[in-house]
Amino acid sequence: MDYKLPPYATTGQRIWFYGFRVICGLIFFFLMAPILVIIPLSFNAENFFTFTPGMLAFDPDAYSLRHYQDFFTNPGWQQALRNSLMIAPVATLISVSLGTLAAIGLSQSHVPFKGTIMAVLISPMIVPLIISAAGMYFFYSRVGLQGTYWGVVLAHAALGIPFVIITVTATLVGFDRSLTRAAASLGANPVTTFFKVQMPLILPGVISGGLFAFITSFDEVVVVIFVGSAGQQTLPWQMFIGLREQISPTILAVATILVAVSICLLTAVELLRRRSERLRGMSPG
Amino acid sequence: MSDATAGNLSQAAAESRRTDAEQTGPMLAADGRPLKQSLNRALRAQKLRALALIAPLLLFLLVTFVAPIVDMLFRSVENQIVSETLPRTVMALEDWDETDLPSEDTYAALAYDFREAAERRRHTRLGSRLNYEQTGLSSIFRRSGRGIDDVGEVYADQFIALNAAWEEPATWVALMGDPDWIAAQAEWAATEDTEAREPSFRLATGIENVLPETADAYRSFARAIQAEARNPDSPVEEEPWNTVYLALYRDLAAAPASAITGYSGPEEALLREAADAVSGFETVNLRETFAEIEEGWVEMPVWGTIETFSDPYTAGYFLASVDLRLTPQGIEPVDENQRIYLLLFQRTIVLSLSIMGLCVILGYPIAFLLSNLPMRTSNLLLILVLLPFWTSLLVRTSAWKVLLQQQGVINDVLVWMGIVSDGARLALINNQLGTVIAMTHILLPFMILPLYSVMKTIPPSYVRAAKSLGATNWTAFWRVYFPQSVPGIGAGCILVFILSIGYYITPELVGGRTGIFISNRIAFHISDSLNWGLAAALGTILLVLVLVLYWLYDRIVGIDNVKLG
Amino acid sequence: MKLKSLLLMSTGAALAATAVAAQDMADSMTIVSWGGAYQSSQINAYSDPYQEMNPDVEIVWDESSPEAVARMRAMEEAGNVTWDLVDVVAADAIRLCDEGLAMEVDHDEMLAPADDGTPASEDFGELIVSDCFIPQIVYSTTNGYRTDVAEWEGRTPEDVCALFDLENFPGTRTLERRPINNLEWALLCDGVAMEDIYDTLETEEGIDRAFAMLDTIKEDTIWWTSAAEAIQFLADGEAVMGSTYNGRLFSAIVEQDQPIEMLWDAQVFDIDGWVVPADLPDDRLARVEDFLVFATDTQRLADQAAYISYGPARASSAPMVGTHAELGVEMAPHMPTNPANSERVIVFNYLWWADYRDDLDARFQAWLAQ
Repeated sequence: MDYKLPPYATTGQRIWFYGFRVICGLIFFFLMAPILVIIPLSFNAENFFTFTPGMLAFDPDAYSLRHYQDFFTNPGWQQALRNSLMIAPVATLISVSLGTLAAIGLSQSHVPFKGTIMAVLISPMIVPLIISAAGMYFFYSRVGLQGTYWGVVLAHAALGIPFVIITVTATLVGFDRSLTRAAASLGANPVTTFFKVQMPLILPGVISGGLFAFITSFDEVVVVIFVGSAGQQTLPWQMFIGLREQISPTILAVATILVAVSICLLTAVELLRRRSERLRGMSPG
Repeated sequence: MSDATAGNLSQAAAESRRTDAEQTGPMLAADGRPLKQSLNRALRAQKLRALALIAPLLLFLLVTFVAPIVDMLFRSVENQIVSETLPRTVMALEDWDETDLPSEDTYAALAYDFREAAERRRHTRLGSRLNYEQTGLSSIFRRSGRGIDDVGEVYADQFIALNAAWEEPATWVALMGDPDWIAAQAEWAATEDTEAREPSFRLATGIENVLPETADAYRSFARAIQAEARNPDSPVEEEPWNTVYLALYRDLAAAPASAITGYSGPEEALLREAADAVSGFETVNLRETFAEIEEGWVEMPVWGTIETFSDPYTAGYFLASVDLRLTPQGIEPVDENQRIYLLLFQRTIVLSLSIMGLCVILGYPIAFLLSNLPMRTSNLLLILVLLPFWTSLLVRTSAWKVLLQQQGVINDVLVWMGIVSDGARLALINNQLGTVIAMTHILLPFMILPLYSVMKTIPPSYVRAAKSLGATNWTAFWRVYFPQSVPGIGAGCILVFILSIGYYITPELVGGRTGIFISNRIAFHISDSLNWGLAAALGTILLVLVLVLYWLYDRIVGIDNVKLG
Repeated sequence: MKLKSLLLMSTGAALAATAVAAQDMADSMTIVSWGGAYQSSQINAYSDPYQEMNPDVEIVWDESSPEAVARMRAMEEAGNVTWDLVDVVAADAIRLCDEGLAMEVDHDEMLAPADDGTPASEDFGELIVSDCFIPQIVYSTTNGYRTDVAEWEGRTPEDVCALFDLENFPGTRTLERRPINNLEWALLCDGVAMEDIYDTLETEEGIDRAFAMLDTIKEDTIWWTSAAEAIQFLADGEAVMGSTYNGRLFSAIVEQDQPIEMLWDAQVFDIDGWVVPADLPDDRLARVEDFLVFATDTQRLADQAAYISYGPARASSAPMVGTHAELGVEMAPHMPTNPANSERVIVFNYLWWADYRDDLDARFQAWLAQ
């Protein structure tokens, strides 16, 4: 199907053309509906999850910022936010630094057992979270990491690694090897070559991998519930408890804030992708 | 970094070409080595360098991720608790023929084991373990823990009546303790250091030959009371358990007279006096004693269960995961009204397949549209796909709660439009439908992204060529375009299916009674029923299922081809 | 290069975060509880006043009580107990004590006597169901119903059997997703006398009978796993009738003014209280003991009742129960132990369930899934 309807199209083609677009529109609506519905609900003046008659009548009194206020003043939520912000960056740092090195290693032309290694490195994304969580729970208990800050950080770093590997190896596929050779032939040592030539070019991939790793940790709830304890209660954990224990629309306020954060991160990734393509001489489209 | 090697390599090649022109024979590198060798060496160095770069991450993952999973898998067969808690009983049961209740010796072994287990508070743990296999064992073990103190009391009373020295801890220490240990203990007692622990009890050499059961029972007593974490006791100050007197009686009654008369050492007179007296002792039948504590000890199924699960490794948990159980009579299916795991596995797979199917139906048009729009528009629309992908799972799940419940947005709209009446609101959540809707939404991006990346590479000229050759729109799509997009469908399907069968949070929150997955049951066994072995076995089966699919995915698509946005 | 400085900055931020985290591990006491309104009542009645007196003690609350037994077993396996005091229901306390995971306590030695000098063990009386258990409150699992159901035509449920009466009380029910309590109610409403319930449940026919009774409402029930869900279902009108803890119902009815009413008939009594993990180091134990003396005295238990409608576990606290801290409502009539509310009560049989829970749970889950 072409994206423009030719002027000579028959009625049937016209119906199909617009019908298809309507179908796609509905599917996009399905994708966006849950996100769209929580935003107004987060301004609910009531303490429940449903649209009140007042909200449907657009009565200004039925809307309020109280749940946002609750989020920013409630020590529980603030602690959770702090915990998330302490765990996610460190976990990201670990997965990015180790992951980037490994991705560079993997992109060499002769890597023994490449398939197996790759399979192991991607496996944290594939293995069901409940299994990873259960395994880490027992094992980390045994080595004294369960319920500690570092336990959660290490667990989250492991979960973020596949994303770093995938994005960085993808960037390296398009990497022009003659650039490093040129650097070497001009007398640069491997370390200088890495930091001055290779790194700037793959940096967009590294950062977007890092963002994925960050959001993985920032949004992760199953593993942290098992591996963490009260001192590591993160935002998603607090939300999970909120959904099960004391249902309050503060969760929706948090959700809205997180959606806003997601949009920012997403824009960042998109910009990075364009930058990367430009740098590598591809058309940004 | 490897490019330096590549540089060397090409340099070496150039050199060798030059030398090749000058002389014949094996090609040599600049340093005079044969070129083949030199190349091999460069290759090896390159491999090592690549591995060195990968190694830190691989090690990290092995420790933080792979080891925990392997460790968990191990739990699914591990069953040491029986042989560790009741070592003597398990040994005694080895020659049991299972036709009648075990022998008096086995009951004595049980008495020794149980007394120690009760002191160390291990017996109820074993009870709950065995209760998974047979209902009621938990309370048999718990109640027996309270009654076990009295087993052997009859003999204790008689020994003490015979000679009050038997009541003295010192007598026992002298009789049983290793002289070196006694000296070390005295030294420890004299120091002021409260932090130091009492030296661990050691038996005197040779006493095991004279009084085998007593020595064993006394050592188990001494070690157990020393091991108490808070307020440890010392054998020097404690009168032994009644089971030690039971052991003494059994030893003296069984031993040939020569064994005791031949014994020379501390307390030999006391021992001889006792040996002469035991024939006149009032005796009790241990089986009856245990029957008084708890009827279960004279029931065959209880002993059968202990015997069946006495091995340090068991297939019991795996059998339980497929609704079978190990009984003394062999493998049997569990009662029909308790079968759940096969049903749950089947449901997990069926629901995951439906989710996968829905994802194809909904994802295909979107990917098709995106790949046919100009780049700028499609990138914009792609954000609509990626935004849900990047939004917290919990947020999306709670949003579906708001949308789908009976008093929720969708039902409200339907009622308002008059499609359904207020009294007949649709049940869209807390059932399978809820799980399918919410999970389709959550996993849809995982279908769209691989499909899109495959469709982008399909040249539009093929379809145009087909059309110009007279194909209708449908034929051109179905015969030309669609087959080229199949790899994308395959990749998306496997990815969605793999992710879906392991889901936990979403079914937990919206699945209700019928929409929960096997993962929810695993979580239940970890944190609620504490049947960790079963959780591990269920997890292993699920993991194997996922790994097979993962392997297929690798074969069909290649792991390197996973793309994210 | 901007990107590089960004990277450096984030590295720095991450390292700084680590430093803060390390600092966070300072001297503190971890108390494990249930979260929600119940935990708030404990904070208001015990820990806030305690911290006022001991400003240097930091109290960290962990909402892991639902998984307490699993967590404590894992901690013991690892030899690294990070909790100092754990709030559990009686059944879990018995389990923990049996397994040696909780410390045995001498109630008279460790806890304050009543104001008139009655020793603690007598003041708590029969509620000390295990040597490790320090009771706090008596709560009950009971039913609530919506008062605005049009189809009921003005009828109001009189007893627990309204749950099974779809004819007079149509609508969705919400019950806990486990066999405990549900099987008891089913048998009771199938005509089994209160005292015969557990004997009946020991027979195959008895279990069949209970499940047959539950079958009649299976399709009309949403099964909850956390008590707040039940309240949410009732408040949203997703369900018209259902079981949950009486304190949660109280808070929905009185504090949030929802159109819900209590159905006290055949409420199931249970006890909740503290256990101290076994083998705490001496310094931590001393701090916990100090806190416990304060937090379980007559006044504190009575104070807690001002925040939540659970009966204080000490006999001496009962006369001191006053009014709700914010609403000024008299609390006594909302207590499960109030004579008017406790005409017909099922006392939860811990020991029986300890034996049969695995089996009946498997059967119950299989029944649910079919």
